[in-house]
Amino acid sequence: MSRIPLPYNPKVLDLFRHPKNLGKMDDATVTAVAGNPACGDMITFYLKINEEEVIERATFESYGCAANIATSSIVTEMIKGLALKSAWEEVTWKKVTEEVGGLPSIKFHCGVLAVGALKRAIRKYYVDKGSIPPWLPNELTFEEKQAVEEEELAKMLSKRLKGQGEK
Amino acid sequence: MVENVRELLKAHENITHEVYLDNENSTMVPQEVVEAMRPYYSQLAYGNPSLTHKPGWEAFEIIMESAQKISKFLGTKILEEITFTPGETEANNLALMGSAFAMKNRGKKIIVSEIEPINVLHVAEMLQKFGFTTTKIPVDQEGLIDLSKLHDSVDKETILVSISAVNNEIGTIQPVREALELVKDKNPEALFHTDASDAYGRILLDVQNLKTDMATVSSYKILGPRGIGALYVREGINMERIIEGQIGTQKLWPGIENTPLIVGFAKASELAFQNFESNVNRMSTLRDKLVNGIFEELSDVKFNGPRGDKRTPDNANISFLRCEGEALTIELSLKGIYVSSGSACSRRLLQPSHVLVAIGRRFSEAHGSILMKTTRNHTEEDITYVLKVLPAAVERIRGIVGSTGVD
Repeated sequence: MSRIPLPYNPKVLDLFRHPKNLGKMDDATVTAVAGNPACGDMITFYLKINEEEVIERATFESYGCAANIATSSIVTEMIKGLALKSAWEEVTWKKVTEEVGGLPSIKFHCGVLAVGALKRAIRKYYVDKGSIPPWLPNELTFEEKQAVEEEELAKMLSKRLKGQGEK
Repeated sequence: MVENVRELLKAHENITHEVYLDNENSTMVPQEVVEAMRPYYSQLAYGNPSLTHKPGWEAFEIIMESAQKISKFLGTKILEEITFTPGETEANNLALMGSAFAMKNRGKKIIVSEIEPINVLHVAEMLQKFGFTTTKIPVDQEGLIDLSKLHDSVDKETILVSISAVNNEIGTIQPVREALELVKDKNPEALFHTDASDAYGRILLDVQNLKTDMATVSSYKILGPRGIGALYVREGINMERIIEGQIGTQKLWPGIENTPLIVGFAKASELAFQNFESNVNRMSTLRDKLVNGIFEELSDVKFNGPRGDKRTPDNANISFLRCEGEALTIELSLKGIYVSSGSACSRRLLQPSHVLVAIGRRFSEAHGSILMKTTRNHTEEDITYVLKVLPAAVERIRGIVGSTGVD
């Protein structure tokens, strides 16, 4: 049971109560998921990207806490109208945390996961397209690595617990 | 930080009805209990009960009267068997550490169930640093301990077995009598402790009849003040103190006795036990109305723990699938309904409730779990209000989840 005080700020609460750009997008150009339900922390981003490689629309779904919802929602706001290259370079987890007015430190990972999901979506767009632009590094960024780590850990935990038996 | 909390509180300004169901984690203290405590702060008995003056003797008298009341409800006549501690956590720490240290030359094995509260589990694990070993007995899907595994685990090395009479999260009433007899059959020297905090005031418990060596009870679990609990230790059991200081009226817990809290604990006990049957019926009637209502209103819900006689009357623990628990507690709070969740969301990759995992719930089910406990002071209207508000709250959070994380 969680016992850590979580003094969410008004911006986080507002985004939790009235999330912007919520919901599945049927005509999304690219969709990316990060996190794992085992962690209770998972995000899906839907991006509509036009021919100039500009994000026209972005929506999200979130299986997670108020901080997860708020950071996902703010990312969709921050990237709307941005070229993919700018979105890649400008949207960092620190910026996301700032944009929601700060987070309790134990919730920083929510912002990290949201940016990890965004970067994963952008990478996926180019991989699907079959042409990687020079500015896109081969190596995974910090946020993408964190997302992978979280997913791996969740798998490990699930496996270990499966050993105790699904009763 | 506190500015944020002020803003969060402001967001609650339009609440019309409040229902507090988080009685697992703290409770409202009824006015009559507060009134019973009040005189002991400034009017009388404010002295140290170990000292030789009137305010000290007054304190001694009321502490003994309070201990007498509590011991009666616990089923013992010997006042020295009751040690007041600052709460359940301290009582459980004393039970495990105090007996393990006293028994260290007899053996090293400590046995607990895997669904013990953290203040038992973590103490048992910590004792490994002092050379003790910890064996955890698994439970079935209702949270009932595996008695045959317990039987197999108890050996000559076993010095202590600790099994809660009632699980605090899912309300499972354990077969403690059978467990105790089975332990003593295999090793009469092994001590038996039960955390009875969630049993006290809900099911009848008679420590002498049960022949347990130790039992923990806690004031706040029966609508008494926080900061006070007690450990029953049967006469003749050898225990060590776990903290040192000035010894007062009780040899196992040094420091000055907190007279008003002890009085509050005794008053809360009286209120819980004086109409025991009707109190219990009220809790279970309201709990059943709550649970049945939720199952009528919502799909994809799972009931955690046993139903019927194997469960305490106050406990409702329900998993809302496709719904994250922490988000739901906030959503409900904004509507005046206060509950807690077994979700892990407040820490990076923290595991969810170990109790729900132990009974075989998947992580996603544990993350969507909500724990609610009814009290004798809840009303039908309270539950009606919860049933009016909760389905929409769950559906809103499910709307944010969409198809993400649905497995």
